[in-house]
Amino acid sequence: MKELVYNQLKEKIYTETLDNGLKVFLLSKPDMVKTFGIFATDYGSIDQTFTPIGKSETVTVPEGIAHFLEHKLFEKEDRDVFQDFTRQGASANAFTSFTKTAYLFSATSNIEKNLETLLDFVQDPFFSDQSVEKEKGIIAQEIKMYDDQPDWRAFFGTIQSLFHDHPVRVDIAGTVESIEEITKEDLYTCYETFYHPSNMTLFIAGNFNPEDMMKQIKDNQNSKEFANTPSIQRSYPEEPETVAKSYEKIEMPVTTSKCMIGIKEKVAGLSGKELLKAELLSSMILSHYFSKSGEFYEELYENDLIDDSFHYETDLDRQFGFTILGGDSRKPDELAERVKEMLHQLKEREIAAEDFDRMKKKKIGQFLRAMNSMEFIANQFSHYHLLGIDLFEVLPEIESLTTKDANEFLKDWINEERIAVFQVIPQQAG
Amino acid sequence: MMKINKEKMLEKKGYRLHILPSKKYKTINIVAKFKSDLKKEWMTKRALLPMVLQKATQNHPGPRQLQSALENLYGTILSSDGTKKGENHVISFRMEVANEAYLNDQTPLLEEALRIFHDVLFNPKIENGAFDEKIFNREKQTLEQKITSIKDDKMSYANMRLIDNMCKEEPYSYHVHGYPEDLNKLTAADLYEYYQSFIKNDLLDVYVIGDFDESGTERLMDKYFTRESSNDTTISNSSTVPKVEESQEIIEEDELNQGKLHMGFRTHTTFGDNDYYALQIFNGLFGGFPSSKLFMNVREKHSLAYYAASRFESHKGLLLVFSGIAPTDYDQAKTIILEQVEAMRKGEFSEEEVEQTKELVINQLLETMDSAQGLIEILYHQVLSGHMIEAEELVNNIRYVTKQNVVDMAAKIELDTIYFLTSKGGEQ
Repeated sequence: MKELVYNQLKEKIYTETLDNGLKVFLLSKPDMVKTFGIFATDYGSIDQTFTPIGKSETVTVPEGIAHFLEHKLFEKEDRDVFQDFTRQGASANAFTSFTKTAYLFSATSNIEKNLETLLDFVQDPFFSDQSVEKEKGIIAQEIKMYDDQPDWRAFFGTIQSLFHDHPVRVDIAGTVESIEEITKEDLYTCYETFYHPSNMTLFIAGNFNPEDMMKQIKDNQNSKEFANTPSIQRSYPEEPETVAKSYEKIEMPVTTSKCMIGIKEKVAGLSGKELLKAELLSSMILSHYFSKSGEFYEELYENDLIDDSFHYETDLDRQFGFTILGGDSRKPDELAERVKEMLHQLKEREIAAEDFDRMKKKKIGQFLRAMNSMEFIANQFSHYHLLGIDLFEVLPEIESLTTKDANEFLKDWINEERIAVFQVIPQQAG
Repeated sequence: MMKINKEKMLEKKGYRLHILPSKKYKTINIVAKFKSDLKKEWMTKRALLPMVLQKATQNHPGPRQLQSALENLYGTILSSDGTKKGENHVISFRMEVANEAYLNDQTPLLEEALRIFHDVLFNPKIENGAFDEKIFNREKQTLEQKITSIKDDKMSYANMRLIDNMCKEEPYSYHVHGYPEDLNKLTAADLYEYYQSFIKNDLLDVYVIGDFDESGTERLMDKYFTRESSNDTTISNSSTVPKVEESQEIIEEDELNQGKLHMGFRTHTTFGDNDYYALQIFNGLFGGFPSSKLFMNVREKHSLAYYAASRFESHKGLLLVFSGIAPTDYDQAKTIILEQVEAMRKGEFSEEEVEQTKELVINQLLETMDSAQGLIEILYHQVLSGHMIEAEELVNNIRYVTKQNVVDMAAKIELDTIYFLTSKGGEQ
């Protein structure tokens, strides 16, 4: 067991890669009452085409299957795992993202038992034809709930405009039609391929003794057999650098239009520190111009092109990257035009040292605030780990950024061909 | 084993100061809560007021200047909101500032942040006896926009319509964003006039929580935080709860894919009542968790919904059920939900389930107390109800609940209103 000490943050992480390949991270937080654990696999909605374990041909599975599998792991032949956690006073949850499926629990008592339950239920699948059929109705309602949410439609519509073929454009839950095709055999195929311990990480934060907990995890893992597996062969289509559709709108029963401007980010070849640097710089630059202290924000707000719902986010991953900014607007066309002009102007801009310093301070404060949450730490640590980034090294990384880095980034960031506009407008009468 | 933060409560000039030192956080949270009665003619003003106040001060003439000053203090966050808590209206201003201990910087962050916080509340940007015209007009537009957009979020819209119908005769039905007709005629001078009475008459509680030296923080508060008025701490909590004569069923149509089935019950129990803890366990067994009857029956057994849950309002005595279902499944879902209420009344749950639910409720309470904002909300319940209950006592009282207490609670709970927001063309 290795100890990683982070002096400035006053945190210590214990880590070990077990014999079966599982990577374990333990963060001891003795002042907290709660313990939070997350067991995540490097498998998400974009992993649709791959070579199943023991096969030689690639297969393409139905859209939404990673999320479907996440739902079904909670159901066992004789019981529902939620009830096990309930009996042990814990709450459990799970989520599926583009690149990850994660199972979590939080508890203030019975930590050992709950940890055992987490490890065991994820590593012991039970899928039957009957239970697969039953889940289709539930997930269909989940999909319909999202269909009625204009913010979700605007977000996803923008992603679909940005990408031509990459499966990031597929809705994480799939469609009512695609989930209809899912069989228990498909679920086992995906499970056996992607849930091997060597493809997973376990992160636990909270109030416990790290030595005892590591021993418990090892004993648990050593008692189980896992076949030796070759590395996973995943396949993704070639994705052009340009956007699929530079403009698109849909009608929905909304009172106010929504307008999103998407930027398709260049991520090819980026990993680890470079990826982190790009993520930090784009978010700091966006914050400089488009947060409430920014000159662009001020102009847009004063001209009633945006309101409080205006927001921006950057998501950079190994396979894809995007930035989306926008929100409700009474003048969606004017907003789209003006924001595009602003983005194009950035090439000619220089950020002053004093302003960049302020952005750094803001980012540092934001990071410290996020570090109050064990959920954030556990989720983000696991997410960054897959990208080759150490979450606890983010603070020195921010401190090391210079005005020159920001200005160089600005010059090369925006390109007409990588911008897409997506609008949700009120349904026309008739 | 249990590490619950103890608050120190101090009567200061014009407010009550709650100080909570805690090693859990890398930031310091400051929350100011202003409380008044719920009055319809105040709703719009109280919705707009925090929006205007957090945009500028005499020392920070516009939103950009104010935000830049906050950013320079390591991205200090300032936010505000207005909520209904029972028959009270509460405006909260929240500030979160990085703890200096984690920075390679000598700026006295907390002190600078408090100075701005004080400016926002007590030193607004005023011209000729009115708020800044430009800021006022822009915020007015934003609020108008918020009011029209309520319909776009079907879940909150359905919840609002349920309360509109259920609490028709009670102040609790007043809309938290206010009313377009009141907003139209409101001027910057009117709002400033209201501000002057607000800042003088509301009951003010200020919470400071973080890893700091207690007496140093108290000194800083004394230096930057004084209020030129008395804090009247009498509780005027005369919540009138009508006995339900006959339950009503209301169906409305809208453009949507998924129907929203919301039900409102009267619990006749609020925070501070002896059976409040039994209500928590009732809710846990009935609809508060994935192990509850609603989730197990509406979702797991009948696959009718992705979500089916319940929650209760601690100061108004309401229990609300909500579920998203296919429009055609209305009758079936309604029947199943009402059957679960009946099952609760008949005591169709085991002693063991009661014990497990207690652990879940306690776990939830302790987890909430791990978060600074969560802890403040829990402590503020005491101010609202006028019942001072130590956090440990809350936990112990949950442990004392028996199965019979829960059955008694179930008998007390009355169905008031069923509200269904369905697709155009009705149930088909």
